[in-house]
Amino acid sequence: MELLLVIILVLMIFGSIYSLNAKDLLSAVVSYGIVGFGLVISFLLLQAPDLAIVQVVVEVLTLIIMIAAIKNTQKEELSSKFEAKTLINYTLMIILALVFILIFEKMTGTLSGFGTDTMRMSQTYLQGHKITKSANLVTGVIFDFRAYDTLGEATVLFTAVIGVLTILRIKGKKDK
Amino acid sequence: MKGMTIIVKKITQLVAPIIFLFGFYIVIHGHLSPGGGFAGGVIMAGAIILQILANGNILNNLLQEEHGMELLESVAIFLFMLIAVLGLLVSGTAIFFQNFVNKGVWGNLLSAGFIPIENIVVGAEVFAAISTIFIAMVVYNDEVKK
Repeated sequence: MELLLVIILVLMIFGSIYSLNAKDLLSAVVSYGIVGFGLVISFLLLQAPDLAIVQVVVEVLTLIIMIAAIKNTQKEELSSKFEAKTLINYTLMIILALVFILIFEKMTGTLSGFGTDTMRMSQTYLQGHKITKSANLVTGVIFDFRAYDTLGEATVLFTAVIGVLTILRIKGKKDK
Repeated sequence: MKGMTIIVKKITQLVAPIIFLFGFYIVIHGHLSPGGGFAGGVIMAGAIILQILANGNILNNLLQEEHGMELLESVAIFLFMLIAVLGLLVSGTAIFFQNFVNKGVWGNLLSAGFIPIENIVVGAEVFAAISTIFIAMVVYNDEVKK
């Protein structure tokens, strides 16, 4: 199974690299789809059907919306010239990457090693099907123990919709 | 937005209700099998998006649908908040999101207290949100091209 996961991960990396370098934006979006669907298969292999269902549907819908957006705008990517600004951007990027690597090094040092269990919180969660009487443990966690997080997610979605409606409405009125 | 050929339209007529029903099944059985409000809601929205892509729609009709979806979304998130506050008020413990409904027998369809209700409400919210985004883009496109 691990070999299969490695193959899928390599495929996903190639897909994302191709989508960065593709001339046509449509082929970039489609090759980016490799990443999403590869993620679906790896979720299934890692036995997380809940996430796999959400991922596969959201991936399809995102591809549809992205392709619709590309069809209504220009297909070619804007060509970028090399300026002094680009040099500053690249140096800033490298410095930021180094800072992040240092911070992650410090953060992961305090965690217990990869593969060992971190059961402080999950000990209660594993009894969740008895406490919440919900046969699906994941739903029991996200709607009972962690319902506050779910409220936040729903609010994020609500805000996103309001943002989309606001932006599209203003432009539509101006064009009239 | 223009519709597609009659073959696509007929097949959509056959398939879209089944997809919608499957999404509803996933929402209702969220506390028993994999899935839940988020997954089921997105699947139901997929059925609506399939309908719009295949049939196309008259602008007026879509505008009405958009208003309905906005209303459904707002009501759903309001109900979600209401459930949370009811847990604070009704159960004597004064905890936000307290599971105050009778929990029933493990594994039954009507069990796990208010988790099925929350699943339905979140499913409606996600369904309405994603449909609204898509319909808004289609309506905008139609308005600009006019």
